[in-house]
Amino acid sequence: MAVITYREALNQALAEEMERDPDVFLMGEEVGVYNGAYKVSKGLLDRFGEMRVVDTPITELGFAGLGVGAAMTGIRPVIEFMTWNFAILAFDQIFNSAAKMRSMSGGQFKMPITFRGPTGAALQLAAQHSQALESQVAHYPGVKVVVPGTPADAKGLLKAAIRDDDPVCVFEGEMLYNLKGEVPEDDDYVIPLGVADLKREGSDVSIITHGKMIHVALQAAAQLEKDGIQADVLDLRSLRPLDTDAILATVAKTNRVVLVEEGWPYGGITATIAAMIQEEAFDHLDAPILRVTQADVPMPYAKAMEKAAKPSAEMVVEKVNRVLYR
Amino acid sequence: MAEEQTQTAETEAPEDQAQEAAHSPQDVPAAEQRRWQEAQKPEMSDEEHLQGLSREQLRKIMWDMLLARRFEEKTAEAYALGKIGGFCHLYIGQEAVAVGAIHALQPDDYVMTAYREHVHAIQAGVTPGAVMAELYGRADGCSKGKGGSMHMFSAEHNYLGGHGIVGGQIPLALGVAWKIKYRKEERVMQVYCGEAAVNQGAFHEALNMAALWKLPMVLIVENNRFGMGTAWERAASLYDIWQKATAYAMPSAVADGMDPLDMYRVSKEAADRARRGEGPTLIEARTYRFVGHSMSDPVSGVYRTKEDVEAEKLKDPIRIYADLLARLDILSQEELEAMDAEVKKLSEEAADFADKSPEPGVAELYTEIYAEENVNGRLYFDMRER
Repeated sequence: MAVITYREALNQALAEEMERDPDVFLMGEEVGVYNGAYKVSKGLLDRFGEMRVVDTPITELGFAGLGVGAAMTGIRPVIEFMTWNFAILAFDQIFNSAAKMRSMSGGQFKMPITFRGPTGAALQLAAQHSQALESQVAHYPGVKVVVPGTPADAKGLLKAAIRDDDPVCVFEGEMLYNLKGEVPEDDDYVIPLGVADLKREGSDVSIITHGKMIHVALQAAAQLEKDGIQADVLDLRSLRPLDTDAILATVAKTNRVVLVEEGWPYGGITATIAAMIQEEAFDHLDAPILRVTQADVPMPYAKAMEKAAKPSAEMVVEKVNRVLYR
Repeated sequence: MAEEQTQTAETEAPEDQAQEAAHSPQDVPAAEQRRWQEAQKPEMSDEEHLQGLSREQLRKIMWDMLLARRFEEKTAEAYALGKIGGFCHLYIGQEAVAVGAIHALQPDDYVMTAYREHVHAIQAGVTPGAVMAELYGRADGCSKGKGGSMHMFSAEHNYLGGHGIVGGQIPLALGVAWKIKYRKEERVMQVYCGEAAVNQGAFHEALNMAALWKLPMVLIVENNRFGMGTAWERAASLYDIWQKATAYAMPSAVADGMDPLDMYRVSKEAADRARRGEGPTLIEARTYRFVGHSMSDPVSGVYRTKEDVEAEKLKDPIRIYADLLARLDILSQEELEAMDAEVKKLSEEAADFADKSPEPGVAELYTEIYAEENVNGRLYFDMRER
């Protein structure tokens, strides 16, 4: 296995899938000549030509809709948003068209489209460029949502997304593009959607999270270990479908749960999971479920304020101590 | 030309009066009418008008328009009886637009529109029975009862819906046109929107890319003069929609939407251009709806008078076209009546078919949402039995 960056892993996934299926094409702002705002599509224009690596005007609603129309008539678009923050302009096409086309046509149209781009806060990008929107997107039946947190997951999940016949929204970590890790080189290295991954094993507490937050959770788990506490860190990887079996299994094992997400608490995926656990595994719980999320405010610019607003390993440790009544 | 018109309007009406006029249903149509007439179709001889269409084709156009009218009347009746629910937007008055324009297409061309769509679906080839069954929310409906009035689909007939968000279908059509180019096909994407959709960003974003990439898309704007109850001149800074194509270096045309042959003429020319790889065309079809915005809305009221509607009905596309065919000895009054009886019967049969079609089973609630239901993980979170 080669050690490559998260960015290179995504690039490999795109290149391999485009090689494998001539119906796959990539479209978005700066994906071609500029090689991608985050260089995820580096070299693809030269390799696949301008019908398959398409620079668009800045017109998110328009090119997202273009992708949906193209997908409903049989080709497989990968639509890149420079960030998911900008995709808010395209939500009409994702929610009203992509998510509903199969259902409202009585199953006549497939929707093999992938929407992808970075999510979450980077550093001091302020309110409009720092949002983690995956929970909101996962709210809509008809779409699928994946949030890879490592290079290997980025490659395997993006490949699965492109091969899927439903609309899949891939939320990449804006701060993860340079992260290095071992990534299988196999062309058919595909991670099925809806399968969580236990990133660390422990028996005292379950920290359940996804995306960039797995690194925060692992950091917290390392600190807790020094105190003799062993945490299970479950990486959901996919928010819809959601691996509820894996969630219930870790709850049954540790009986104590801390949920972590980068986005806001109100209506967040952690709220859904907390509800699901109390509905289905109440008797396994030895403590209330606690959550760590972003502060429920628009992200401020100032460095110290931004830091205070983001979930941190310290916050996770504190919540773990509380569910352990320490 | 637009500037001249605007200036004329300003010199004629001082600002306070213009303000008043903009809110008065009595005065606005007069000003609008003036601009309307300036964009009328060119004088044509009968021969030019018929464009070499065969006697059979000309009669088929009549048949299709009559069916459209009778079908929608039957729909209104069924709605009043409570057989049809929800929002239901009828096409009465606008028949010439879709009938004329779709006659200009080949069978493998695509059609897509917004939510005033029953006639487009039928004209694209969906049977009246399948359309009526969809209106009734039945299993034999063209969307199996899951779509309803606003979401008819037929993959078999390249009929791509049926979309309920104003303007939202235009980027979708752009994507179909992209697919045609991607696959190097010789097909055309004919998409419709109402005039009110022209103010949506989706319209402008799609036009820009369609022209930039020379995609085979023909966009027909059905200007029926009112976005629900808002007159076009109260919603648009530039009256002439066809002129908006200029902003995207795209050819455009204005067509008489009360004349199926004029619709055929401009749509054919646009489709031919698209098929030759010469890119998109914007068509403004000037038409009028004789009915309320939807079945829940009155025909006239605060935004237009009963007299306005009656005056427009003198330009009923069916009557005018029938007169033309009679004058040219293509269709006699007796033949027209026989045709009318046929389409009425067909509409009755469609309603009978819908009535007899079963309700979709509630077990279908969780089908056809995802391509595959047996996946890893949970897709639905409602905790219900499935």
